[in-house]
Amino acid sequence: MKLYCLSGHPTLPCNVLKFKSTTIMLDCGLDMTSTLNFLPLPLVQSPRLSSLPGWSLKDGNAFLDKELKECSGHVFVDSVPEFCLPETELIDLSTVDVILISNYHCMMALPYITEHTGFTGTVYATEPTVQIGRLLMEELVNFIERVPKAQSASLWKNKDVQRLLPSPLKDAVEVSTWRRCYTMQEVNSALSKIQLVGYSQKIELFGAVQVTPLSSGYALGSSNWIIQSHYEKVSYVSGSSLLTTHPQPMDQASLKNSDVLVLTGLTQIPTANPDGMVGEFCSNLALTVRNGGNVLVPCYPSGVIYDLLECLYQYIDSAGLSSVPLYFISPVANSSLEFSQIFAEWLCHNKQSKVYLPEPPFPHAELIQTNKLKHYPSIHGDFSNDFRQPCVVFTGHPSLRFGDVVHFMELWGKSSLNTVIFTEPDFSYLEALAPYQPLAMKCIYCPIDTRLNFIQVSKLLKEVQPLHVVCPEQYTQPPPAQPHRTDLAIDCQPPATSYRRAEVLTLPFKRRYEKIEIMPELADSLVPMEIKPGISLATVSAVLHTKDNKHVLQPPPRPAQPTSGKKRKRVSDDIPDCKVLKPLLSGSIPVEQFVQTLEKHGFSDIKVEDTAKGHIVLLQEAETLIQIEEDSTHIICDNDEMLRVRLRDLVLKFLQKF
Amino acid sequence: MPEIRVTPLGAGQDVGRSCILVSIAGKNVMLDCGMHMGFSDDGGPGLTCAASPSHFHLDHCGALPYFSEMVGYDGPIYMTHPTQAICPILLEDYRKIAVDKKGEANFFTSQMIKDCMKKVVAVHLHQTVQVDDELEIKAYYAGHVLGAAMFQIKVGSESVVYTGDYNMTPDRHLGAAWIDKCRPNLLITESTYATTIRDSKRCRERDFLKKVHETVERGGKVLIPVFALGRAQELCILLETFWERMNLKVPIYFSTGLTEKANHYYKLFITWTNQKIRKTFVQRNMFEFKHIKAFDRAFADNPGPMVRPCGDRCCPRAPSFHIRGAWEGVIMPGYCVQGTVGHKILSGQRKLEMEGRQVLEVKMQVEYMSFSAHADAKGIMQLVGQAEPESVLLVHGEAKKMEFLKQKIEQEFRVNCYMPANGETVVLPTSPSIPGGISLGLLKREMAQGLLPEAKRPRLLHGTLIMKDSNFRLVSSEQALKELGLAEHQLRFTCRVHLHDTRKEQETAMRVYSHLKSVLKDHCVQHLPDGSVTVESILIQAAAPSEDPATKVLLVSWTYQDEELGSYLTSLLKKGLPQAPS
Repeated sequence: MKLYCLSGHPTLPCNVLKFKSTTIMLDCGLDMTSTLNFLPLPLVQSPRLSSLPGWSLKDGNAFLDKELKECSGHVFVDSVPEFCLPETELIDLSTVDVILISNYHCMMALPYITEHTGFTGTVYATEPTVQIGRLLMEELVNFIERVPKAQSASLWKNKDVQRLLPSPLKDAVEVSTWRRCYTMQEVNSALSKIQLVGYSQKIELFGAVQVTPLSSGYALGSSNWIIQSHYEKVSYVSGSSLLTTHPQPMDQASLKNSDVLVLTGLTQIPTANPDGMVGEFCSNLALTVRNGGNVLVPCYPSGVIYDLLECLYQYIDSAGLSSVPLYFISPVANSSLEFSQIFAEWLCHNKQSKVYLPEPPFPHAELIQTNKLKHYPSIHGDFSNDFRQPCVVFTGHPSLRFGDVVHFMELWGKSSLNTVIFTEPDFSYLEALAPYQPLAMKCIYCPIDTRLNFIQVSKLLKEVQPLHVVCPEQYTQPPPAQPHRTDLAIDCQPPATSYRRAEVLTLPFKRRYEKIEIMPELADSLVPMEIKPGISLATVSAVLHTKDNKHVLQPPPRPAQPTSGKKRKRVSDDIPDCKVLKPLLSGSIPVEQFVQTLEKHGFSDIKVEDTAKGHIVLLQEAETLIQIEEDSTHIICDNDEMLRVRLRDLVLKFLQKF
Repeated sequence: MPEIRVTPLGAGQDVGRSCILVSIAGKNVMLDCGMHMGFSDDGGPGLTCAASPSHFHLDHCGALPYFSEMVGYDGPIYMTHPTQAICPILLEDYRKIAVDKKGEANFFTSQMIKDCMKKVVAVHLHQTVQVDDELEIKAYYAGHVLGAAMFQIKVGSESVVYTGDYNMTPDRHLGAAWIDKCRPNLLITESTYATTIRDSKRCRERDFLKKVHETVERGGKVLIPVFALGRAQELCILLETFWERMNLKVPIYFSTGLTEKANHYYKLFITWTNQKIRKTFVQRNMFEFKHIKAFDRAFADNPGPMVRPCGDRCCPRAPSFHIRGAWEGVIMPGYCVQGTVGHKILSGQRKLEMEGRQVLEVKMQVEYMSFSAHADAKGIMQLVGQAEPESVLLVHGEAKKMEFLKQKIEQEFRVNCYMPANGETVVLPTSPSIPGGISLGLLKREMAQGLLPEAKRPRLLHGTLIMKDSNFRLVSSEQALKELGLAEHQLRFTCRVHLHDTRKEQETAMRVYSHLKSVLKDHCVQHLPDGSVTVESILIQAAAPSEDPATKVLLVSWTYQDEELGSYLTSLLKKGLPQAPS
C-alpha cells in the first residue's frame, strides 16, 4: 500500500492511495496562496495600481519592469493570477480510478485533474459539497474572467531569473507548473464526473474496496472517508470540526480500528479560539460602524459567512445597529444563500428541527426578508443605487487579489474610519494587504478556523486508536514561528509518519487475509474436528471461483462417470495429476499400539528395534522395514502395492490430516 | 435451514393500511405501520427490531403512535427526513378528526405522537444504517410523494427490499424511483396498478388541463379533491405553468393550513424533488406560486369560475364536499378506496349520504383521471428488472389484479411470486453462503496457477479451514500446522522395484530416465549428476544387489503428498523398461 503525496499544503491536500488493486485520489486541493505574488485585478481602472513603478535589479537592469511591479518594498507579478497545482508528474494520473472529495474547499483543483490528465474515473462527493463547490468555482472563474488582463508574465519564471528576485518570489516553489484559472466549460465537464453520495453510504469499488463518507462536522456536506476491505481499514480525515456550528456533527465512532489514519486539514490558526474570534469580529464591527466607518469582510461565499450572519442576526439589534445595511456581494451570493436553506439533512440537529416546523434553518432568510441583508451579483448594477454608508460588506476573494473586494480596498483604504476584518484563515493577512500599502484603513485579524486543533486531535487519536498515523510534515513539529510551542504538534504513539510534497510513502501494514465466501453445499460437506478447545479444523478441497474481485469456494465437481469402453484410453489419462495435493500429516505414532494394530491385522513375526531417534519395526516375513521417529515414518518395502497400501492406511490411523 | 418469513398484517391482497412483518436471519422488521388495528397483537414488543414507514401517507404510518406507545414497541423507527418532518403533522390531523369529530375513544394522544417521534431515526438516501451488528437497512428514492423511500433490509448476504408506494415515471415535482441491481432474496412490491398500463403522462396532463380550461371557460367551478401533500403540489405546478402560458386570470385557490404548510416543506426539501426543479430553484422556486392563492371560506360563494384543488380524496369525510353550490366538475386525480366519497361518486352514485343523515345530490360532472403516483404494471416490471430479485411478493393491490401480475412476473423473470393475504405467512428458504477469510499467500498462489493455461477441468484448491468462535479462516495446510504449533509428520515410502538388467547401475538409471521422460511428458523428469532420477519430488535410485549381477533394484522413494504419482511410478516401472535401441 502506497501513498503518493501531491500537495504540500496541509489543509488543501491531494494524495493518491494505492490500495489493493485500486488507485484512489484523496481530495484535490488547489493552493491559491500563489496568487499573493500577483498584483490585484481591479474592477475599475485603478490609477494607483497602474502607476506602480517597474522593478529593476540592484545593478539597474530593468528588463523585468514590464512583468514585475514594486509596491511599498514588495515586488508583485503584473499578470493574470496563477495557481499552484498538485504534482502531476509523480504518478500517472490517468490511472486514478476514483477521486474522493471531503469538502468543497478541497476540490478546487478538480478541473485541472479531470480535464487535463487523461482521467477517466469517477469522482465521489456529497450533494452540498458539489453544489457549493460549484459556486466557489463559478465565483473564481467569474472574478478572473470579468477583468480580462492582456498580460501573462512568464519571463520571471525562468529559473535563472527567479534566483535574482527578492523573497518571497525567489522562494516560490514549482513556478513553472503554475497555471491560470480554468474556464466554466472545464468546471462543468469536471463536475459532470461527480457521483453524489450520502453519509454512511457504502460504495463498492471493483468489488475490491469499499469507500464510505462520514460526517466531518466542518462544513455543509463535508466528509471524512473510510477506505476498507474486509480485513484492512484506512481512515482519511480531512477538515473536521468538533465545534457546534451549522453542519451535522462529526462521526468519530466509525473511525475506530483503523490500520492507517491519514490526517490532514487541521486548523491553520491553532492559537486562536473561534468563539473568541467571533466575539471580536462583532465588537470591532460595531465600533467601526458607530464611528461612521464601513466594515469590509473579505470572505468565501459559503461556510463561515453563514455563522457570521447568524451571529450578526442576534447581535445587531442588541448593539443598536439594526439600521446598518449588510451587503453580500458575489456572483453566487443569491445561490449560496438559497442553497444553504435546502440541505436540512446535512445540518446540525437544531437547524434540522427548524426545518421540521417548517421554517428556514438559517436566520439569514429573515435578514433578507426584513431588508437588513441585501445581496448582489457584483458592485455594478443595482448595488450602486442601493449603496448606503456606513455599511458592512461581505465579499470575495479573501486573497484580496481579485473579486469585488479589490474595489472596496481601493475605495475605503484611504480612510482610517473604515475597517477590514479578516475572518478566513487561508491567507496571511499581511501578505494579502501588501499591494495596498500604505493603508490608512484599520485592519483586524479574526481568523475563524473551526477545524480540529492539536488538543482535539490528540484526544481523537486516543479515542479511535489507529495503528498508524500519517500526516503532513507541518503537523509533526511546532510552527516555525513558535518553535517552543511543542504542544502545537501531533502527539501520538507510535509517532506519526510525515509526508511532504512529491513524496511517496509505503504505508506500514501488510495484508494477510482476503474475504472469501463458502457455498453452503461445500460447507455441508466439511468435516470439522476439534484440535484444541474452541478451535476446529477441516481440510478443504474446493474450486476457487473468482469474479469481480469476489472469491467464492464451490464444491469440487463430482468425478466424471467413466465413459464406456468405446473411447480408446490414452496413456496420459492414467498419469495422475501431480498438482492434486494430499493433505499434510501431523501427530506421532506410539510404537506399542502400532505393533498391536499390526498384529490385529494379521501381521506376525514383528520385531522392534530401538534406534537413537525412535524405533524400527521389522516385518521379516514381508521383508519390510518401518522406521518410526517423533515426526516421521518411513515405510521401506518390496514392490507389493497391496501390502504398502495396507501399511499406509494403518499408519494414517494414528495421524491427523491437514 | 435459514429462511425469510413475510406476514402482511395489512395490504395483503388489499389496498391501504400497509403493515408487513419480515423476519430475516432471526431479525424481525416491521415495514410500514398503516392505520389498522385488527392485527396489533402480532407485533408485540420484543418481536420487532425496527419499524420503517416508507412515506408519510397515513395508510403507511398512521398506526405508528398506537404501535409504539400503546402496544409498547420500544425499538427504533426509521424514516427519511421529509417523512419525519411531515408525519407528525398528518398524525395530529388524523387524531383530531378521529377524536374530535368522530369521537373515537381509546385513540392515541398528541403526547403519544410526540413520544413516538422521539424514537424516530432519520435516514439519508443510500445511507447504510447499522441497526445492530448484523442488521442493516438502506433507503432508496421512491418518487410517489416527498420523502417516499424503498427500504432494503440486509443481514449478511440475505436481503429483502420493500418498495412501499413508488412511481417509476418522474412527474411535475418528483423524480422516478430508482434502485440498483442489489439482487435481494425477496422483493416486496406494491401493486396498486397491477393491470393498468397508463399512457404517457403528457397526454393525461393535456386532457386534465383541457377539461379544467373548458369548465372555467364556461364559467364553471372546478373542484379537484386531492391529497393535501403530494398530488396537490403536482397539480398546482401544472396549473401554475398552464395559467402562466395561457395568461389566464381565473383564480386558483388551495386550502390554507395543511396545503400551505406542505408547500413550505417542499421548498425546504427541494433536494427530494425532480432534477428540473432542483436545478432552477435558485432563480425560481416552483413552490412559490403566483397564480395560486390561499383559500378563504368567503370565496366559496363568489360567482364566476374558479379552480379548487383541495381536501382529502380518500377519507370518508371529504371536507371539500362541505362547499355546496354550483360545482361544474370534479376531477378525481387518484385512486379511491371503496367506501369513500370519492369511490361512490366515481361509481356513478348520484345521491350521497353525508354525516348527519343529510342526503346530497350530485349534480356536477365527474371525471376520473389517473394522476396517482403509483407505478403501473410496466413500472412494476421495470423495477423487478432493475433489482433482479430471487423472488417477488405482491402487496397493496387487489387480489384479482395481483393474480394477473403474478403470472406475468413468473413468466417474464422466471422467479417465484407470492401474494399472501393478511395474516398469511410466506416462508422462503434461503441458502446464504458463509463468509470467511483466505490467507493472501494461499490465494495468490492459487491465482497465479489459475492463470496458467489449464485443462478443461477446474483446479482444486487445498487448504485447511480454521474455525475459531464464528470466525472462519482458510489457510494453507503448512500455515495451519504452524499456527497451531503442531509439527508436520512426514510419511515416506520407499519401494524396491526389481528389474532384470545386466548393464551397469548408471546405464539402468539412464534408461529409466529416458523411459520416464517419454511417458511423463507433463512432468518434470530430471537426471541428477549423482546418477539418481527425479520425477517432480520423487527420487529413483538404481542399485545392484551383490548376489545377482543380472538384476538391478530401483529404489523409488516418495512422500505421502506424492502418493498418487509414486504409486503410479512403481507400477509403471514394474512393467519393465522398453528395450533400448541398440
